[in-house]
Amino acid sequence: MTATLNPPEAERSEKPASRRGDRIFAGLARGAGLTILLALAAVFIFLFVEGWNGLNAEEATYRPATDFLGYIGPLILSTILAAIIALIVAVPFAIGIALFISHYAPRRLATPVAYVIDLLAAVPSVVFGLWGGRYLADLLQPVHVWLHDRLGFLPFFGPDPASPNGRSLFTAGIVLAIMILPIITAISREVFAQTPRLHEEAALALGATRWEMIRYAVFPYARSGMVSGVMLGLGRALGETMAVAMVLAVTPVATLNVIGTASPATIASNIALNYKEATPSRQSLLIATGLVLFAVTFAINFFARWIVGRNERKQAKA
Amino acid sequence: MSSTVALSHAKLPRWAPALVGVVSLAAAGLPAMLLGWGLFAWLVASVLLFLAALPGWSLVVEGRRSAVDRLMTGLVWSAFGVAVLPLVWLIYVVVDQGAQAINGEFLTYSMRGVIGDEQGGVYHALIGTVFITLAATVVSVPIGILTAVYLVEYGGRSKLARWITFLVDVMTGIPSIVAGLFALALVVLIFGPAFRMGFGGSIALSLLMIPTVVRSAEEMFRLVPMDLREASYALGVPKWRTILKVVVPTAIGGVITGIVLAISRVIGETAPLLVVAGATDGVNFNLFDGRMTTLPVFIYSQYAQSTPAGYQRAWGGALVLIAIVMLLNLIARLLGKLLAPKKA
Repeated sequence: MTATLNPPEAERSEKPASRRGDRIFAGLARGAGLTILLALAAVFIFLFVEGWNGLNAEEATYRPATDFLGYIGPLILSTILAAIIALIVAVPFAIGIALFISHYAPRRLATPVAYVIDLLAAVPSVVFGLWGGRYLADLLQPVHVWLHDRLGFLPFFGPDPASPNGRSLFTAGIVLAIMILPIITAISREVFAQTPRLHEEAALALGATRWEMIRYAVFPYARSGMVSGVMLGLGRALGETMAVAMVLAVTPVATLNVIGTASPATIASNIALNYKEATPSRQSLLIATGLVLFAVTFAINFFARWIVGRNERKQAKA
Repeated sequence: MSSTVALSHAKLPRWAPALVGVVSLAAAGLPAMLLGWGLFAWLVASVLLFLAALPGWSLVVEGRRSAVDRLMTGLVWSAFGVAVLPLVWLIYVVVDQGAQAINGEFLTYSMRGVIGDEQGGVYHALIGTVFITLAATVVSVPIGILTAVYLVEYGGRSKLARWITFLVDVMTGIPSIVAGLFALALVVLIFGPAFRMGFGGSIALSLLMIPTVVRSAEEMFRLVPMDLREASYALGVPKWRTILKVVVPTAIGGVITGIVLAISRVIGETAPLLVVAGATDGVNFNLFDGRMTTLPVFIYSQYAQSTPAGYQRAWGGALVLIAIVMLLNLIARLLGKLLAPKKA
């Protein structure tokens, strides 16, 4: 009798000691997780507290505009234009490369290619800016002239003359395209590779060519993943700072022309270019524009991740 | 006569793409030589010619569907080629230009009192980069790993764990300049509007680093087999000791790889440091007082001078920075291989 009763008793007597260690450790781990949530909330709160004064300061603060909307309007326009150029250029290439890695390349080639694309993500943005400003701008200058001559009737390529040194929003958009290529490629590649093997083989067995198989089996399956990859790329393009700050010649006058001599800065690059003006009111103005940028990119990332998560949940159920 | 349905259709021979490739190169080579095009224009012309010729031939012999297939194959391959071009060009330029700037003096002198075309160097920026990045690592690694432990071992499928996972993913997309502004707002609120310090930069960098550390550590902890944990529990080892003695040591290789990769990501950040740590010409060893220059900020401020000497120094800095980043990537890979759990 005693022999059978003893072990549970012994266990009970040891439990409190081990439990205390467990409680402390579990508390630490949970605390770290909560710290991250707190940090995220703190970003919002601090930007809000410091930026609040920037929303309705004296008129002189907003020079050359007179109020907050007038100040941030041209910046928003430039930010969106640069991001659109980046997406138009990057998305076809990113999806092509993702397909290359997941479906076209011989296996021996696929891994190194994926590695090279990741390497592109490892290059610091300031180096991209340096290269964009010193080399790419020169290379693309004739393209500016060509676009202006052929398509000058569009508001994006005229009527002002083309940039003489190529340091335009167009060049900045191309640099951004190169920088967001890796993230879009990585996400698309992942969803392409997840296409059920049976769907692909069924399509091939029905006599589809490889492209038809991709069009009718892979793309429908991967559509939402591709959308979220593009949105993550958009988030990057909106928030990228140095490359734009170093490539773009800046003027505060709003213009749709992306190949002209100068455009307004983007929100992010405007902050980097003006941080030195440390008058407190000007500083809060910059922080306020940063708050706007944060809110927009947060919303875009939130939505993109939500799509990815919904997809994963759907697959887990199936 | 009963006719039979053909089960196979005409196909181009296996060597068709190679033949068309050679012919396109040659055909584009003729005007290239006559009109004196560069290598670049010649390659572009050949690729375009190839993309027109092979599907065209296929259209005649194999039909429309195969032609589209061949066109798409060609496009996918050229997408890859075009994407590699900027990387190769950029690295070539950085190495070529940077090599001219780098010498012993460049690496061991700061920019204090350097005027005009005097040499100057990156010493102060190297010190700043190492200090600020190390401090950021010290802040983010414990938080990141403990969070990963919570997510894998304690959180389970609870609401908090799912929110943390989700928001960590969202955090990876925060623009770096916003992290910088947050650190600036924090420092300004506590120390007054004109105060700058290197540690502010570390705070901004940790905000960017933590999500990467959490994701890689979480992935590695999840790979640790359940059997190992259960064997440990069966021996009466409490959960926290199981985590410290079994789970973490098993996953340590992958975790360290993730940390080194995260460092290599944030070491090239410019915008947040520009805003919160400022720029200075001299060496500053104190993280908690005064401006501190890092390598990326050095590159930017030299570039912003728009002088030949400034550009030269910027390229030198860029080469040093790229070398550091690539070295860290290499170290991460090596560590991952060395510390990987031995397979039986």
